[in-house]
Amino acid sequence: MADLSADRFTYTLDSSLESVNKVEHTAEELARKAGLDENAVFQVAMAVREAAVNAVLHGNAYDVQKKITASFENTGTALIIRISDQGDGPYPSTVTDPCAPENLLSGSGRGIFLIRSFMDEVHFKQLHPGTELTLIKHFASAQTGT
Amino acid sequence: MSMKIHTRQVDGVAILDLSGRITLGEGSVQLRNTVRDLSSKGSKHILLNLAEVSYIDSSGLGEMVSAFTTVRNQGGELKLLKLTNNVQGLLQITKLVTIFDIQDDEVAAIRSFKK
Repeated sequence: MADLSADRFTYTLDSSLESVNKVEHTAEELARKAGLDENAVFQVAMAVREAAVNAVLHGNAYDVQKKITASFENTGTALIIRISDQGDGPYPSTVTDPCAPENLLSGSGRGIFLIRSFMDEVHFKQLHPGTELTLIKHFASAQTGT
Repeated sequence: MSMKIHTRQVDGVAILDLSGRITLGEGSVQLRNTVRDLSSKGSKHILLNLAEVSYIDSSGLGEMVSAFTTVRNQGGELKLLKLTNNVQGLLQITKLVTIFDIQDDEVAAIRSFKK
């Protein structure tokens, strides 16, 4: 179990839904511990979950031989979360607008949109192999509970 | 917390009382199978009661949209009842509020179906 009081820590996890849940839960706890309000905690946890789902599902395609890595950092002014996979990548960093009338009835394609909606900065980086997403939430943009 | 679904029939409307999280995996599959089963058995009026749903991820949202189109393609209607604040916010951000008929009162919701 990671030490949530540390400034930075990293998990290396299997490509599974259990890993997605663990990463989401850790992000939620970290955001709450950082003093973000409940809405911002929800946003961070959901964005991180969506990024982890992308890594497991679209990146590693549930391949048991491939891992995802999740690193969490509280810089004092922001939360920085990096999620990477070992897949063939890249999966699309930009997607068709799921809010466009012609896409509203689509059964998929909302994950990246929600990540971008809930975080202040989202960066994609191509690895060899894999893809890394960096998600940043600035404390100044999120009302803090302290 | 995994999702649970309790189905009841009131005045010709199939009401699905959902609780927990609708997320990738078990929750989404449960919802898909339940709605498809009801639709294949002729249910035309389906109401998803989301009062006890604490969380929906993008996969769950997609499953709700697929359920909506499944029922509509069979000539029926699928509506939503009692959204939590988080779920309401998600539907607004994704503009899904523009496709779903969202109701706050169960009796009024049942009456709102075209019979």
